[in-house]
Formats: sequence, structure tokens, C-alpha cells
Amino acid sequence: MLEIRDLRVSFRTDGKHMAEVVHGLSFSVAPRSTVALVGESGSGKSVSALAVMGLLPPESTSIGSGSSIRFDGRELLALDRSARRALCGRQIAMIFQDPMSSLNPVLTVGTQIGEVLRLHLGMSRAQARQRTLELLDEVGIPDAAHKIDSYPGQMSGGQQQRVMIAMAIACEPQLLIADEPTTALDVTIQQQIIELLARLQQRRDMAVLFITHDLGLVGQIADEVVVMRHGHVRETGAALDVLQQPQDEYTHALLRCRPVAGERPARLPVIGDELLNDGLERPVVPVLAKLAEAQAPASAPATLAVAPPQIGSVAENAPPLLVVNNLSKHYQIRQGWWRQREFRAVDDVSFTLARGQTLGVVGESGSGKTTVGLMLLRLLQASGGSVQFDGRDLLAMPASEFQAYRRRIQIVFQNPYASLNPRFTVAQILLEPLRIHAIGQNDAQRLAMAASLLDKVGLPASALQRYPHEFSGGQRQRIAIARCLTLQPEILVCDESVSALDVSVQAQVLNLLKDLQQELGLSYLFISHDLAVVQYMSDQVMVMQQGRVVEMAPADQLYRQPQQAYTRALLAAIPGHGHRLARGETATTKLS
Amino acid sequence: MTAQHSAGLWQLAWRRLRADRWAMAALAVVLAFLLTLLLSASGLIVADWEQEVAVSFAPPGWAAAAAGSGAGAPLNDTDALLRDNPFDPLADDLRALRSELGRPDGKASLPMYGVTDPLADDLAQLRAAHGAGGTTGATGARLATLPFGADKWGHDVLKKTVKGGETSVVVGLVAALLAVALGTLLGALAGYWGGVVDALLNGLYNIFTAIPSVLMILAVAAVLQQKGVLTIVLILGLTGWTGPYRLIRAEYLKHKGREYVLAADAIGASHWRKMFVHIFPNVSHVALVQLSILVVGFIKAEVVLSFLGFGVPVGVVSWGSMLNEAQNELILGRWWQLTAAALAMAVLVTAFSLLTDALRDALDPKVKF
Repeated sequence: MLEIRDLRVSFRTDGKHMAEVVHGLSFSVAPRSTVALVGESGSGKSVSALAVMGLLPPESTSIGSGSSIRFDGRELLALDRSARRALCGRQIAMIFQDPMSSLNPVLTVGTQIGEVLRLHLGMSRAQARQRTLELLDEVGIPDAAHKIDSYPGQMSGGQQQRVMIAMAIACEPQLLIADEPTTALDVTIQQQIIELLARLQQRRDMAVLFITHDLGLVGQIADEVVVMRHGHVRETGAALDVLQQPQDEYTHALLRCRPVAGERPARLPVIGDELLNDGLERPVVPVLAKLAEAQAPASAPATLAVAPPQIGSVAENAPPLLVVNNLSKHYQIRQGWWRQREFRAVDDVSFTLARGQTLGVVGESGSGKTTVGLMLLRLLQASGGSVQFDGRDLLAMPASEFQAYRRRIQIVFQNPYASLNPRFTVAQILLEPLRIHAIGQNDAQRLAMAASLLDKVGLPASALQRYPHEFSGGQRQRIAIARCLTLQPEILVCDESVSALDVSVQAQVLNLLKDLQQELGLSYLFISHDLAVVQYMSDQVMVMQQGRVVEMAPADQLYRQPQQAYTRALLAAIPGHGHRLARGETATTKLS
Repeated sequence: MTAQHSAGLWQLAWRRLRADRWAMAALAVVLAFLLTLLLSASGLIVADWEQEVAVSFAPPGWAAAAAGSGAGAPLNDTDALLRDNPFDPLADDLRALRSELGRPDGKASLPMYGVTDPLADDLAQLRAAHGAGGTTGATGARLATLPFGADKWGHDVLKKTVKGGETSVVVGLVAALLAVALGTLLGALAGYWGGVVDALLNGLYNIFTAIPSVLMILAVAAVLQQKGVLTIVLILGLTGWTGPYRLIRAEYLKHKGREYVLAADAIGASHWRKMFVHIFPNVSHVALVQLSILVVGFIKAEVVLSFLGFGVPVGVVSWGSMLNEAQNELILGRWWQLTAAALAMAVLVTAFSLLTDALRDALDPKVKF
């Protein structure tokens, strides 16, 4: 139905130069089928989707002359603007990644869906309202008659995405393009949205072009897969074939470098060692020796049965480095003029962390996991509880005394694009903590220390003179880690430290963290929404929900025998969970 | 990967600015103004602007014909005074009076209501002593025309404009610097600390903005009680900080929760360090753009102040005082002083505004290529 041949898209970089970002993409979408377009950031998958919709800004982009996008036998690129617009929206609809920014916050959802109906189908106001109610019902919004008059801000993220879907299917399109529709959502919500999409597709006989970075989702929803990298197609084929027997090295590596819940190899395989080369175009990406090297231990995976037994015993014997008791954070929310309501962001959280161990904290957004991390470093004032570090209460001591403890507990933030000051060079970033804490005798000595730290996190010393914006996400996160290491901390709080990174880069950073832990004996408080990553990294895992600890158990035990319903729900929602399990088993069977 | 020193954000900004043709033209104009200012301040040029080189109200040479009859020849005072003004509604009456005056029996024909001038004889003697040359006698031959005309005293308007620019531009720059420094400091304090500090400073801000600006300026002028360039700088600086305050405060509110500030907190950076070493470079583009906007505004404000009589003291020339003089001259049809001051101001202000726009684009850390 949709047929793309040799699509080439170029962006204007500055004034005159054009840089091609999609190099001859070809694939087709059959009626009633789902095609997944998979790739990491910068692979050109979203750009291709926008090209189909005709949403690329004409002043800064151009589509190659040999390109062709045919929909139902009509050449889209040859249509004029108004014909294109009439087609898009009616027969091709699109859902975007972030429902919060795709919906107009000052109009009710009913108005916004109704607008589509009235514009494209020429319905009257009353008809549109009636149809909107049916649509909201269809996408599973409870109490649609009431919700139709609410504003996007009054709905949760999952409901907003349902509204977006309702808007997209309003005109009964033949093709639905979903651009990372679940990336901004919590994992349990993601599951619901995926199921909804699959159901709608069945009922309405739509074709779906599903764009995602997550191969795990692909197995659940797609019939066909197109794997992209740097604007090139790496592999095309039926979803199951690609997932189980990937022909392309890159696909293969992509599948392996995500930690799989239930498997705990010592290291994750990574794609090439692309230090300081990210974003550079390479026609053939060799999966470097590291992958092959990693495959050897990975082929003897420390699966469930072989879970290292010593971990639990070490945790018991080692004296706890950090003891947190009844930590809580309350906010007063004003209601009306006089009344106040207490909101417990973190409620009565207690845990211990031993030297050289990792405590994973997992939870969905709003569970209070980040708040816990910030309170440990006194970046946020706790409302109650105590944090015993080496026998001293961090929360009770005066600020001047805490300064000495700052050296011993450090934090790596989620977004490496935001946590490095864009106006500082890497040298300035690394030297600042050394100067503040008077480590090293003079700047020359400190510079040498900074260079050796960069080396430790896998960056060349030449990086010192550069600014953060010149680095890729993974490299920036390495710089952020190096900044923490300058103070030689004993505890590192990793607050969603790999969540903003691409899968392959994520694997590199996770490996780095593991190496550093072994080398320096660090303790980690590893906070993430991603159960698979947490399970891979941690000795102990703490599951949080709405500010409370739901369950705390050794990582393997938590995965094998979750005690609480919420934990089970989280585990079940991991994309491709069942499929992954099957693969894990095949790996073991192959071994035996 | 070489150890090259990579382009910093300032270098990037400069590269972007250089790519903008309009911005570079504007920059050239502004630099030319500043250079002229430096030269005149150091006395290398226009030090002699106060010399009365031409006849009073000598017209610009290129517009001499249009400026009126008899402009080509040295003017005689009475003639100059009595020349026809095309804009005067009383022109017909005046002409009638003049024809009366022009009668051969001279001034006696004007009725003096029976009063005789007691000094008439002394004046006649003085005039005789001075010779027939009249007022022009002392300095020798005065020029009939100048490149851009002359003012009432015969000063070269072109030189006067250059000299006046010295005052105006200095007032604009220094006052804007003061206002932005004050606004940035208070805005940083309010935005960073929030709470009581913010409430107090916002109160102060509200007081300053609640009073109409001209009234505010006059009030400060009344308190300072003396005329001078410094006074104008203080007046404008102390009343102009509110705009930058508001913007910088908002930027600090936004930035203090950013992760890089949290990260600085985590490594133990002091509050002062976080405010001015970490956050300020990231919001400096706001301050810089405010600076250039205020320079433009304050040059205009100095004109208004001088026009109102609260500006520079007598003997100091500025574009404002020139415009102030020009309001009387315009009635007499002497447009060149007004034109010169207004033109200089318009060119500088336009160039500065263009530069400001380009600077804002070039310095925004979010825009990159």
C-alpha cells in the first residue's frame, strides 16, 4: 500500500551545504500489516516518517530527485501541497512521541478531536461530538462522557496518548504512522498502548508503520522489520526471523547489547568502539573485536540457574556503608484558601548499602526514586529520617561539615546534555571539583589527574580542550562520570544515568560502570525505570511505587520469584519479555 | 582526533555573527561611531568646535540656494532677521510692517509712543567706534556657508554633532552598563534565592515601575540637585535596571533547577560560584542583549532629559541639547542642526539595534550548527 523507493533526504547544515541523512531507503507496507522501522537516534527513521507525511520543513530539507513515495498507487512527492494535506490526516495519520507537547494545552480534548472530524469529514458540531465520544470509548478512556470536556493537562500521559490515537484514527486512515508512541510513557502504560494499537489495527484493517528504537517492542507488534543505521537500511525481513536469526551484524549486536532480565553476563556486548566517532558516517560498520570477545563469556551466560551465590553472602558480611532509615519527603499542597494537603513524595524509605555493592532502585515516574537520590546528597531537603554514613547522620550535620562528605558521595544525572555546563570546557569541568576541595597541589598536577581520569572512562586527553556540545551522549555521560570520580567517592548515585542513551551506548556505559566498580570498589545506588537494566547492574533491588518501597530483594530472586503484584506487573510489561525468555532458553539449550 | 583547540562558544558566536552581512555592517557603523568618540574625547578632532567660524545660521553649502534668498552673500543682521519665512502665518503683516520700516526717513517713522531711547547716543558712538563691519569685525571674515551649516553662534554643526555624540554615546553606554549590572545582580539574587529575597526585590521592582518613568527621572534629578554627565548616568542607571532585572530573574529561576547546577552543588560549589561562575555565562546573552537595547534607549532618554532641561549643563553639548536649540530654530526655517543631530542619532540607534538582533541570535547557546 505504501511503497518507498530510494528515499534520500538532505538537511541544510549551514547556509549552503546539504548533508544527506537518509541514503536511499526502500521498503513497502502491505495493507493490514505492521512494519517496524527500528534504529538508534540519528538513524533517520523519524525523518523518513516525516517525509511520508510531508512534514519536513521545505526551506531546510530536500528530498532527492530519484526518490519515490507511492501510496495506493499515487506518487505523494508529485502531489501539490493542498492535495497532500487532504490525503494526510484522512488516509495517513500520525502519532508522535510526546503526547504532552502534541496536544494543545488550552483546548479541551473533545474540541481537538472534533476539529479533525469537522475539517476532514465535514461533520456538524453535534455529529462530531457524538463521534468523538465513540472514539474516546474505543481507545479505552474510562468515563468518556466526562473526559471529553477535560483539558490535556488534567489527564495522565497514557490517557493523553490515547487521545492522540483517537485523533489519528478519527478519519479511519488506511495507514497509521506511530513515531515512538510509547517512549515517553511508563513501562506498564507502554504495554497498554501497544495492546491498544494492535487491537485497533485488527478491528479497522489499518496498516501501521511503527517507529521505535526498542527491538523488544518489535517482536510484540510487528510483522516486518526494517533496521536502520545512519540513514542506511541494515536489514529487512519478517520480524521473527530478524529477531531470532539476525543476518546483519548490527542487528545482531543491537539485540545483544540490551541487558536481558534474567541474564547476567559479566559484560554486555557493545557495538564497535566508537569513541569520538559517533555520528560519523560509515558505510560498513564492523562489529569490532569486543563483540566477538564478549560473545565468548556471553555464550556461557550466568543465567538464573548459575546466579553467583557469593553475592548474597558478601552483602551480609560486609559492614553497611550507608544506612538509610525512614527517609521521607513531604510537600504541602494548598487546597482552596486555607486547607492544605500533604503529598508524600517519599514515604518512610529504609535501606542499607554495603561497600562495593549495588542497590538498584526501580519504579515508574512519580515513584519517588529520584527524590531519594537527591536527598542522600542533600540536593533536596529531606522532611524526615536519617542517613547514616560511616556512623554519622548526613542529614543532621551542618553544611560546613557536610562539605567533607560531599567528596565521598557523588551523583551521575540522567541527562548528560543538561548536567554538563555548556560554557565550560571539559578541563574546566574536571578541574573545578579538584580546586574546590583543594585536591592536588597545583593546576598542572590537577590537569594530569583529569587526563588520567579521562583515560579511565575511555576518552582521550585531547578531550580536555573541548566543549560538551562537541561530544555525543555516551561520551558526555563518560565526562559526567569522570567529574564524579575526581573526588574519589565511595558511593555513586546513578540517577537514570543510562536512560537517555541509545541501546548500544547504554551498554558501553553500563560496562564502564561495572569496570569502575571492580577497580575502585565503588558502591552504587542505581536508580532507573528500566527493570532489565537495574537487574543487570544490581545486587539488591528495591521496587518503589508512589513513594513507598513495595519490595526489596536480591536481584535474581526478585526476578525469579516476585512477591508483590506490582513487581510482577512491572516484569510482565518489559517489552518482549516472553520472547526474551524463550531466547534465553535457546541459548542455554544450545550450550548443553 | 587531534589536540586542536576547538572553537569555544564565543568563537562560534563570532563566526555566526560574521556570516550575517547586516550585522557586520551594523558593527562597522557602531565601531566608526566609537572611534570618532575616542578621537574627539582625546582632542584629536573637533577640539575647535566652539570657534565661531561662520555667520550665524549659515546654511549648508549644498543647500544654500534652497535655504533662502541672499544666502550666497554675507548677511547683514537686519536682513537676516527680516527675511521672509515661508512658514510664518504672519508673513503678510510682517511684509507690510517692513515696507513701513523701509521708508527713507528710517526708524523715526516707527511710533515710539513718545519714549526716547536714553542710550541711543551711546550706542551710536559704539557703533561708530567699531566700524562699519558690525559684529563680524572682531574675528575677521566669517564663512557664508559650511558643509552642514552653522548654529546661532556660527559654530560648525558638523563638529558640534561629533562633539555632542561624545556626551550622548558615553551617557548611553555607561548608564546602560550600570543599569544592566544592577539589574543582573538583583535579578540573580532574586531568582537564585527566591523566597524572602525575591519578595523584597520584587517589591522594590514594583515601586520603581509603578511610578511613571519621566516622573521617576525628574524625582531622581531633583534629589541629585546638580547637572552634569555623571548625574544623567546615575539617573538613567538607577531607573533603568528594572527591565534586565525581570529577565535575568526569570533566567535564574529556570536555570537554578537545571542538572548542571545540581551537579555543581553535588561537588560542593559555593552559592556565589553557582550564581556567577556556572549560571551567569549561560544567561549572559540576555544581559548582553539588554545592554544593547538600553544603550539605544538611554541615548534617546538623554535627548529627552536635555530637552526637558534636566540634561547636560550649559556649555556642554550633546545631541539632546542640540535638539533643544533646534526647536526654536525650526520656526525660523533653520533645519540643519535638527537634521544633523537626528541623523546621527538615527544611524547609531539603527545600527545598534541591528547589531543587537544579530547578537541575540549568535549568542543563544541553544542555536548551534
